[in-house]
Amino acid sequence: MAKEKSNTAKLDFKLEYAAAPESKSSAKINSKYDLFINGKFEKPESKKYFDTINPATEEKIATIAEANQTDVNKAVKAARTAYNNVWSKMPAKERAKYIYRIARMIQERARELAIIETMDGGKPIRESRDIDIPLAANHFFYYAGWADKLQYAFPNKKIAPLGVAGQIIPWNFPLLMAAWKIAPALATGNTVVLKPAETTPLTALKLAEIIQESDLPPGVVNIITGAGATGAAIVNHPDINKIAFTGSTDVGKIIQRAIAGTNKKATLELGGKAANIIFDDAPLDQAVEGVINGIFFNQGHVCCAGSRLFVQESVYNKVLQKLRDRIETLIVGDPLDKNTDIGAINSKQQMDTILKYLKIGEKEGAVMHQSQCSIPKKGYFIRPTLFTNVAQSSRIVQEEIFGPVLTIQTFRTDDEVIEKANNTPYGLSAGVWTDKGSKIFNLTTKMRAGVVWANTFNKFDPTSPFGGYKESGFGREGGLHGLGAYLK
Amino acid sequence: MIMAVTQTNFTIPDFSISPKIDQIGVEERAKRFTARSIKTTSKLSGLKLVLNMIDLTTLEGKDTNGKVKQLCYKAQHLHNNYPDLPTVAAVCVYPSMVKVAKNALGNSGVKVAAVATAFPSGQAPKEVKITDTKFAVDNGADEIDMVISRGKFLQGEYNFVFDEIATIKEACGNARLKVILETGELVTYDNVRKASDIAMYAGADFIKTSTGKIQPAATMPVTLVMLEAIRDFYYKTGKMIAMKPAGGISKSKAALHYLVMLQETLGSAWMSNHWFRFGASSLANDVLMQLEKERTGVYQSANYFSID
Repeated sequence: MAKEKSNTAKLDFKLEYAAAPESKSSAKINSKYDLFINGKFEKPESKKYFDTINPATEEKIATIAEANQTDVNKAVKAARTAYNNVWSKMPAKERAKYIYRIARMIQERARELAIIETMDGGKPIRESRDIDIPLAANHFFYYAGWADKLQYAFPNKKIAPLGVAGQIIPWNFPLLMAAWKIAPALATGNTVVLKPAETTPLTALKLAEIIQESDLPPGVVNIITGAGATGAAIVNHPDINKIAFTGSTDVGKIIQRAIAGTNKKATLELGGKAANIIFDDAPLDQAVEGVINGIFFNQGHVCCAGSRLFVQESVYNKVLQKLRDRIETLIVGDPLDKNTDIGAINSKQQMDTILKYLKIGEKEGAVMHQSQCSIPKKGYFIRPTLFTNVAQSSRIVQEEIFGPVLTIQTFRTDDEVIEKANNTPYGLSAGVWTDKGSKIFNLTTKMRAGVVWANTFNKFDPTSPFGGYKESGFGREGGLHGLGAYLK
Repeated sequence: MIMAVTQTNFTIPDFSISPKIDQIGVEERAKRFTARSIKTTSKLSGLKLVLNMIDLTTLEGKDTNGKVKQLCYKAQHLHNNYPDLPTVAAVCVYPSMVKVAKNALGNSGVKVAAVATAFPSGQAPKEVKITDTKFAVDNGADEIDMVISRGKFLQGEYNFVFDEIATIKEACGNARLKVILETGELVTYDNVRKASDIAMYAGADFIKTSTGKIQPAATMPVTLVMLEAIRDFYYKTGKMIAMKPAGGISKSKAALHYLVMLQETLGSAWMSNHWFRFGASSLANDVLMQLEKERTGVYQSANYFSID
C-alpha cells in the first residue's frame, strides 16, 4: 500500500442543521415541589426551599423543598409503617401489579419525562428520549416480572425482604437511577425512602406523581429532596435497614464509615476511570465510534465512562487522526435540540471541576486537542476534549474528571495494557476492541472491572448486573444480582 | 518440507488484509445519521443539492432512442415552476445509447455516463470489456460505470480484479471511471471494504455500490463502509475519491440522510456532484414533490410530475 503520511490530509466539516428544538409545552412543571411522604406532597418541616436550575440557560425551573432531620424521620416512619402493615404482607403477585403499572405510566409519559430530564440535567434530548426514559421503564418491567418468582430466582433460600431501604441517587441519570433503585426494592417487598440529587430532583418528583396516580399504598415509596445533610440524615437514621448509594467515592467512604458497626446492609456504586483498549487488529472506524460514545455520552457524566484510552502503538496515529476529525462533527449546544450530541454540563460546580482538570492537564505537559465548534454563550458548556502526551502518573489519568475529557496513551503488548488498565484505584468498567476472539477472552478475564464491553461500550440492560471492584464500590444492581441485594 | 511454488501468488498490495468492519458498530453508526433533523433552509438547500447529484438512469433492455431523448430533456428541465433549478449531474445509459444522449444533452453541462464491461453481470472476456468501454468513450461518454468480476473476487483472486479495473481505467482515457462493487453479491461488510480498497488503488475515480439489478442495492451501512474506505485512502494519499450509492434510494428523506452521512464522514469538500452521486430513477420526482410542498405548503398529486 501507499506509504503512510500521517496527519497530512485533514477533513473539513461545516455542519449546518436548522435548529430542531423539542417543545417544552408538553412538560408540566410546577413552580414549587414539596416532599413526597406517605403518599402525599407535604410541606417541609424545615420550611426551607432551594432552586433547581436549567444548566443550559442558567434559568430557574422550580423551587424544591429541603428535607431536614424531622422530615427524614417522617419519611422513614411512613416507610416503616407501610412495610409492617401493608407491603410485606401483600401477596407478591399483587406487588407486581403496582410495579407493572408504574412501568406503563412511565412509558405513557415518556416524552414529558424526557423533556424534563433534559431541562433539569442538561443531557441531550436524544439521549433522554432514546436511552434514559425507556431504560427506566424497562427496569420496572423487568423487576415486576420477578416479584412473584423470587423462589425460583433464589432456590433453597428463604425469601425475606430487608425492610426500609434508604436510597441516594446521583445527578447524571436521575430517573434511570431512581428506577434502578426503586424497582428491585419494591419487587422484593421492601419500602423506600429515596433522595434524588439536589441539582436534578425534577424527574424523581414527577415519578412521585406517577406513583401517587398508580395508587401504590401510601408510604411504600417516599421521595424527599435536599442536599448532603438530607442524605446524611437518611444514612444515619437508625430505622433504616439498607443503604443503596450511587455517587462519588468520597461520599461512599463517608457512608461506609457512618454505617460501620450498625446492621445496615449497603450497596455502593461509586466512581470510575475506565480503560478503553484498541488493538491494532480492531475495526478502527467502529472502535473510534465506541470511544466517542464511551466518553462523550451524557457529557462524560458517566461513572463507567471510557475516560482512559489505550491505543496499540502501530495504529496510534490513525486512531488519533480519526478521533480528531470525529470530534469536529459533534454538535455541542441546546440540549433540547434533537441535533445536539453533547449537552450542558450539569452544574456550575461540575463545570469548575472540569475546567480545573483541563488546567491541570496542560500544566502536567499534556497536549490538549479540542474541537473548534461554537458553544452557547450562556449556560455551562465544554467542548469535547482529548489529551495526548499523558502518563499513568498524570492526575488527569488517575482521577475521575466526570466530564467530556479523554486521555490517550499507547501500549505495545497485551500484558502491558492489562497492567496499565488495572493500575487504578477504580474498577467499574472497561472496553476492549479487537477482531480476535481469544484476545477478548484473555482481556476480559484479567480486567479488574465490573463490566467489560467487547467491541462496544456503554450498553445497558435491566437483565445485566452492574457494579464495581475496588474503590468503584460493591454490590450489584440490575439482573438477578440486583434482587439479591434487597433480600436477607 | 514445503511444496515448490508453481504459481506465484505473491502480490503487492495484498488486499487480503484490508481493515475489518464490525457489523453491529457500522449499522449503529449509520442509523445515527437518520436522527439528524433537517428542516427549513437546510432542507431546501439539501434537496437542491440532491437533485444536482442525481445520475438519472435508464438501464433496460427495452430502452429506445426516444426514451433516452425524453430522459435527457427531463434531466435539463426538471420542473416548469423552477426555471433556475439545477440540472441533474448525469444521464446514465447503455453504451448503445451514448450518442443519442450526447446529442440530446448538447452543451447543457449534464454528463453522459455509460455502463460498460458487460453490465450488469460482468461475465465477459477482458477484450470484450475493453471494446465495450472504448465504444462508449468514443461515442462521447464522460463517465464509465464498470462492474467488477464478483466471481473472481469471491474466489480470492483480488489481483485479477485489480488488474481488470486498471485495464478499464486505461481504456477510459479522460472519462471518469466508476467502479460498481455490486455489494449485494459481496454480502459482508468486510468484503465491501476489501473491494473498495482494490478499486481505489487500481485507479477508480468513483466507487459505486450497485447495478440496481441485484437486491439489496445501496444501503446506508454499506455506503458508510465505502465512505470510510475513501476516508482512509484520503488520509494515506491525500487523493479524493468520489462515491455513488445506486439503487433503492427513491425518497428525498433517505437522500438527505445520505447527505448527512457524507458530510459527517468526509466533510464539506465532498458535498458536490463531482464527488458524490445518487444513482436513481424515481428519486428526482420525489425531491421535486418535496420542493413543491415547501413552496406551496401542500403535497401535490404525482400526476403533476412528469414521468420520463
